[in-house]
Amino acid sequence: MSAAASQKVAFRERTTRALRDSNLQQAMGKARGGFIEKRLEAMAALPEFDETRDAARDIKDHVLANLDGYLELYEQKVIENGGQVHWARTAEEACQIVADICREANAQVVTKGKSMVSEEMHLNSVLEAAGLKVVETDLGEYIVQLAGETPSHIIAPAVHKTREQITELFHEHHSKLGYTDRVTQREALVNEARSVLRGTFVTADVGITGANFLVAETGANVIVTNEGNGDLTSSLPRVHIVTAGIEKVIPSLDDLSVLLRVLARSATGQEMSAYTSLYSGPRQDTDSEGPEAYHVVLLDNGRSTMLGGDYRSMLRCIRCGACLNHCPVYSAIGGHAYGWVYSGPMGSVLTPLLNGFDDSVDLPNACTLNGRCKAVCPVRIPLSDLLLKHRLEQYRRRLTPLFGRFLVRAWAWVATRPRLYQGLMALPLWLMRRRGRRRGALEHIPFAGGWTDSRDFPTPAGRSFIRQWHSRKGKS
Amino acid sequence: MNSDKIKTSTQVGLFVTCLADLIRPQIGFAAVALLEHAGCTVRVPRNQTCCGQPALNSGDSASTIAIAKTVIKTFAQDDYVIAPSGSCVDTVCHKYPELFRNDALWAGRARTLAAKTWELTSFLVEVMELQQVEATYDGVCSYHDSCSGLRELGIHDQPRQLLASVVGLELKEMNENNVCCGFGGLFSVKYPDISTRMVSNKCANIGHSGVDTLLGGDLGCLLNIAGRLRREGAPVRVFHVAEVLAGMTDGPAIGEGESGS
Repeated sequence: MSAAASQKVAFRERTTRALRDSNLQQAMGKARGGFIEKRLEAMAALPEFDETRDAARDIKDHVLANLDGYLELYEQKVIENGGQVHWARTAEEACQIVADICREANAQVVTKGKSMVSEEMHLNSVLEAAGLKVVETDLGEYIVQLAGETPSHIIAPAVHKTREQITELFHEHHSKLGYTDRVTQREALVNEARSVLRGTFVTADVGITGANFLVAETGANVIVTNEGNGDLTSSLPRVHIVTAGIEKVIPSLDDLSVLLRVLARSATGQEMSAYTSLYSGPRQDTDSEGPEAYHVVLLDNGRSTMLGGDYRSMLRCIRCGACLNHCPVYSAIGGHAYGWVYSGPMGSVLTPLLNGFDDSVDLPNACTLNGRCKAVCPVRIPLSDLLLKHRLEQYRRRLTPLFGRFLVRAWAWVATRPRLYQGLMALPLWLMRRRGRRRGALEHIPFAGGWTDSRDFPTPAGRSFIRQWHSRKGKS
Repeated sequence: MNSDKIKTSTQVGLFVTCLADLIRPQIGFAAVALLEHAGCTVRVPRNQTCCGQPALNSGDSASTIAIAKTVIKTFAQDDYVIAPSGSCVDTVCHKYPELFRNDALWAGRARTLAAKTWELTSFLVEVMELQQVEATYDGVCSYHDSCSGLRELGIHDQPRQLLASVVGLELKEMNENNVCCGFGGLFSVKYPDISTRMVSNKCANIGHSGVDTLLGGDLGCLLNIAGRLRREGAPVRVFHVAEVLAGMTDGPAIGEGESGS
């Protein structure tokens, strides 16, 4: 079995499992409407929202057209501020850089703010293998870390879990720390996690965060959170490491203000996240607190090859999660079924580009091209068009099943010969009509179990419209 | 006088689309009736099959291009081309010009076709300025907004505006009326589990809305929804919006037997 074929089986298995997982279905069902309604309310409160989306798109396009210059400017500013910038071509290189910094700092405990790039790097497993204790401090990330899982959503990592599951998870892991009562209420769960994490924050040697944006004119990294954990991770440990993709750089603070206006509204429907923090280097002589050392690890990992091609617009992505929230396929199967760090529409576009087309054949196909993702994207990435482009690329690379390609080709050959097409269709139409006429629908059609296992198929009228029309016209 | 009338009437070619042609021919007759009612002269070219969407969505651009060329040639002579489907019109209007991006001759032809191709209800309302139809339907209906029509063509108010003039018809919006039903063409058979979950969600929303009839502008979605409603045993009738607007609802609805069950 080829790699593509095994991936395909794996995707289908994951999908089937997800659709049968009652906890997942319950959790996803609850999450489904909330994000969407809140976004609509936030949009309604900002009449120029669509114009702001255009402006956000234009900023990102401008950066991508001048990425080298802005990255160099950014690096120069970070160095001026007393920090260091490290360039990583691959995820492995980036992990190595982070591990080396931790080793040189004689670190034992690492706290982490939410960072999808660090998930992309599989950083935690590398650091743990190097003997470090790594603690995720975003509540959702903390939950999935306790469960030994990966995030299933880029801004709501534990959206696939029910509250009952989290209660049990906390009980399992926290009772040995003295938290022997099962807590079930949302606030009590948050408080328990906060109380457990507080001790870790003050003992951590290194704090690792991601970056929502990197501001070239000041050298600042920007993180937005609702829990404040990012700030405790950035400022309390001796060393602060930022991991970010190279596409995160933006020119100025003015640009930041535009992008922040669309980010939280698209993500959670908030006007602003609770915390928006800018960090621009290590503690200065006049500062009373802050890290002694400040490192930025900039990851390429395939991004620079996207710059030149048809998929450049995907590099505009600001990781808001709106496309996931609005995707009915994501909502049905959850993020883990997608099989890699990024899920939903943005994941289905990005995964083949970053991980290779061969191992992600299903992702662009497991989509109805309904276009809701494209309609809600704050930076107007034409996600559904890019998914269709992926399908064309897969076809060119002969990654899709041969038999299916043959069937489509044969059908298309007939479809370009209307008289032949109309003649060939007559027999199956007549047969289906004969079998289904009384009931009006067929409950089983040979070789079409994909449809009829769960749906009836309405019976055709017997003769096609074109034939009926032209025989009537012929008589009259 | 007659010749004046013919000269001034709007000429359209009907692209009935493959699903309506093969499975629900009445949609074609309804479309013709509505167009004629609005003052159009309708031509139904014999040389038509499909817009090529199944090939395009399978990534087969060569086959799609071959089909697109057939469609372009078939409708070259018409002033307007009208189809009772948002998704097929989206393919013609947005995908064809993109497919021929690097072919100067055919790109021009594709753009010409795109510029004169309309989805049925939007054409009736926006071009023919049809305000009302002469039809009666006794029922409480919900309208399912098909994805391509809604998001790529902006079809939302047009069918509702015409439905408002149908005597006896009450329109009641359901929750998530703009969420995909899970059809997606070949998606529905390639990924039947996901598709089934999506159409089940749709059927649940239809059920909660308490309507007795579901309407829509794309037969693909309607076959999917009607097929699932039937399997669930839900007593909801399903029609294409053109059938209701043309008053062609005396016979069986989509998926109903001849006895009306």
